[in-house]
Amino acid sequence: MNYLADIGLEVHAELATRSKMFCACPVVDPALAQPNQAVCPVCLGLPGTLPVVNQQAVEFGLRVALALDCTIAPVSIFARKNYFYPDLPKGYQISQYEEPLAEHGILPIRTPQGVRNIRIRRVHLEEDTGKLTHVLADGEAYSLVDLNRAGVPLLEIVSEPDLHTVEEVRVYAESLRSLLCTLGVNSGDMEKGAIRFEANVSIRPAGSSDLGTRVEIKNLNSFKAMERAVAYQIGQQARLLDAGKAVEQETLGWDADREVTYSQRSKEEAHDYRYFPEPDLPPLGVEAAQVERIRQNLPELPFALQERLIQQYGISAEEAHLLSVDGNLANYFESCVRLAEDMPARIVLNWITGEVFAWMNQTGESIQQIKVPPEALIGLLNEVQQKIVNLNTAKSIMSEMLQSGQTAQVIIQQKGLQQVTDSNLIAAMVKEVLAAHPDEVKAYLDGKETLANWLFGQVMRRAGGKADPHMIRTELESQLKNMTKNTLRREGEK
Amino acid sequence: MGNVCTLSAVELCQALRKGEVSSRALTRAYLERIDALEPKLQAFLTLTPDLALQQADLADQVLFEWRKDTARLLPPLTGLPIVIKDLLCQRGVRTTCGSRILENFIPPYSATAVQRLLDAGVVTLGKTNTDEFAMGSSTENSAYQITRNPWNLTRVPGGSSGGSAAAVASAMAPLALGTDTGGSVRQPAAFCGVTGLKPTYGRVPRYGLIAYGSSLDSVGVLARSAADAAMLFQHMAGYDPLDASAMDVPVPRYSLQDKRDMRGLRIGVPEQYFITGIQHEVEQAVRNAITAMQGLGAEVVEISLPHTKYALPVYYLIAPAEASANLARYDGVRFGLRVDDPNMTALTRKSRGAGFGPEVKRRIMLGTYALSAGYYDAYYGQAQKVRTLIKQDFEKAFEQVDVIAAPVTPSTAFKIGEHNEDPLAMYLEDVFTLPANLAGVPGLAFPVGFDGEGLPIGMQLMGRHFDEQTLLQAAHTYQLFTDWHTRRPEF
Repeated sequence: MNYLADIGLEVHAELATRSKMFCACPVVDPALAQPNQAVCPVCLGLPGTLPVVNQQAVEFGLRVALALDCTIAPVSIFARKNYFYPDLPKGYQISQYEEPLAEHGILPIRTPQGVRNIRIRRVHLEEDTGKLTHVLADGEAYSLVDLNRAGVPLLEIVSEPDLHTVEEVRVYAESLRSLLCTLGVNSGDMEKGAIRFEANVSIRPAGSSDLGTRVEIKNLNSFKAMERAVAYQIGQQARLLDAGKAVEQETLGWDADREVTYSQRSKEEAHDYRYFPEPDLPPLGVEAAQVERIRQNLPELPFALQERLIQQYGISAEEAHLLSVDGNLANYFESCVRLAEDMPARIVLNWITGEVFAWMNQTGESIQQIKVPPEALIGLLNEVQQKIVNLNTAKSIMSEMLQSGQTAQVIIQQKGLQQVTDSNLIAAMVKEVLAAHPDEVKAYLDGKETLANWLFGQVMRRAGGKADPHMIRTELESQLKNMTKNTLRREGEK
Repeated sequence: MGNVCTLSAVELCQALRKGEVSSRALTRAYLERIDALEPKLQAFLTLTPDLALQQADLADQVLFEWRKDTARLLPPLTGLPIVIKDLLCQRGVRTTCGSRILENFIPPYSATAVQRLLDAGVVTLGKTNTDEFAMGSSTENSAYQITRNPWNLTRVPGGSSGGSAAAVASAMAPLALGTDTGGSVRQPAAFCGVTGLKPTYGRVPRYGLIAYGSSLDSVGVLARSAADAAMLFQHMAGYDPLDASAMDVPVPRYSLQDKRDMRGLRIGVPEQYFITGIQHEVEQAVRNAITAMQGLGAEVVEISLPHTKYALPVYYLIAPAEASANLARYDGVRFGLRVDDPNMTALTRKSRGAGFGPEVKRRIMLGTYALSAGYYDAYYGQAQKVRTLIKQDFEKAFEQVDVIAAPVTPSTAFKIGEHNEDPLAMYLEDVFTLPANLAGVPGLAFPVGFDGEGLPIGMQLMGRHFDEQTLLQAAHTYQLFTDWHTRRPEF
């Protein structure tokens, strides 16, 4: 049977605040910090301590909520979510439940099938838990608790089950990630867990309007894991329904090694979190003026940016998407274009999506970290345009620029890479090459035209790769044509 | 100087400033009295004589310097000894909450209220006994010991701040800190014949007060008089960036006038607090006190607080619900008692099973139940709605009157063990004190007589939010004319 999948995502995004959600502890890089270095009595949940709301986190949350076009609650309520786990120091997580920070938003996404508006159910603030590391050493199994992350502000963004394909799930997740990065509220660093996903997945027979029984897949920490897990579940549920069986409502985990979901809790075993309003925190009031100020100061959002890039530069949706993943990328692109108004934007784009992306992928540097600012890239492209270097030389110069941070001009000077554009010189080199390879010339003249490229290569080699390829080709063609004529003439004379 | 232990805290501060007594001498006098009486009263869980003498020596140094140049700033309570209920954290001093689960817990921070008093120069003698996590009305629920009522050693001192009340009543300390979630300052104050202030919710920061019912908990004072209470309270109140529920309301100067009349004060007398079943002598003493105040010019108005009868069930849903979450952190993982087990869940279960006493377990279960799916609306949710009605009762009443006068408890101090078999009878002890916590209004208990067995009787005045001043002034004026508060048990 044909089925339609209905998928909703819960996204947990760490907010890039300086301090934690409810105490003054710094938010530290998990890769750099010693375990339990950034902790204090409050985030350790020591008796008698109290939470105080981080206003920066509220501001960040509002920024996201407004960018998602949500309705902001003038008053929202923090709530305690109760459960025991050693990574949860207080025995409850401070979250928001019945009255979240914001509700009813929209995230437009651009799929190959067109633009879709995905509804956002709610956006709320909460605190992260600590981290457990399970160790097996000397035959003894134990767990280590690191509470550096405990109390780090999280924004939970819950979509309606509006996504229908794995592709849409990926685009939605990527769009949300680029939105968070553009807003400057999240590092976007998935490897460090800055964004984490939970997906709820159900399927229904095509044409049916009733949603099927859903499962929830927890702890999806990468786009890949999320896509595979969702795809796996869609397949799994289809097999169940095809076999006349029912989907059980349950909570699942994702085994990334075996690429299967596994059951964590059935419906009966579902936690009763006993949410109730957090008595230690007064209701969170948000002033209309604050909302307005944040709204006014929102940057251009990725979707609008894509729209504009497509319109303004005639680039494809896919390219616009690539550039809008990180607001700084688009910025880099546009700075380049502004610096070289007479150069087609397409040329600039190809350099960014080609050399620059390759470098960033290879080194992990961000567009802000690379050593080639827009001025330098345009400097190089100008050299190409003015035929001072050819394209191949330019690419190796770029590679050196990315490594050393030198400008193209300096590299060209130092290495004498200026293109040979002296037509006499080029004509002489062509003549020498043709004279040195009479057999190949003969073969060419006998009709083996592919040898033209080989002869071109020989000339370029003689020129140290620095000659204007267009000029070589023209000269080569003209000399060979002459030889053809001469041969014909000679044959005619015979 | 005679016996310094009989002087009021206000007098002691003056004597210290004048150099009539040194802080060390004063501290030693109290420590000696504690040595003598503690075996009978069992009011302390931890004594810190070395720390106290160190603080006293430092105070004497400060006082000495100040006397040379009185233009210098002198911390206002320099050298004055106090004791602290063991529910309030004091840095470096074991803080148990009367529970086995915190038997070895030494907090690395002081409660804001404690820190403010330390900054004001006090000397801390020790930590006083409490019902485990303040859950109780007799201090019998302490995991460690049973504190005796100084007026009659077979009676309870009340609770949960029973150790603090007994210490002040027996002059083992001039002043004590207590906490009041449902009457835990006022009820023991009444049982022990001392003055007890439960401030407005949010007036004294809760930071470092180990939570029981977070929306009800407040840090209060036990003292020999309203004037003494005001002096200590002055230095505890006010906004705290560490406590989001501590409100940023200006703290007035609690300077009590030796006013000899109460003209202009409107006293509300709520019919719901004078019910059948109340001990006759208690009702009589309270009514006499109200009549005396009327004689001093106060206007007495009959009022109604119609939802009073719901306070008890509402409290016993809200407080345990909050407690069930507040006490979840005692899991044996990071601090406190741990009963080891290779299985994580078993470790937590065993630690909690061994660390908590029966009343704590009972309230955790009550609270967990009240918050459970399917019961939340009927219990916790409903309780919150009724709580709002109780608050509104007070708001309406305070449109008519300035203070509300009522008994603190239906009876005087009961016998040790009397309510052992019946937790509900114990809960009923709080029936007159709970409403003030639910409404968040301040309450002040002070002695207004003795029953036939020589046990003190207390009355409470409740006031508007943040209007502790009116309560303290009214009690002070009353105390200018009466000597109930100056009577001491004999040993």
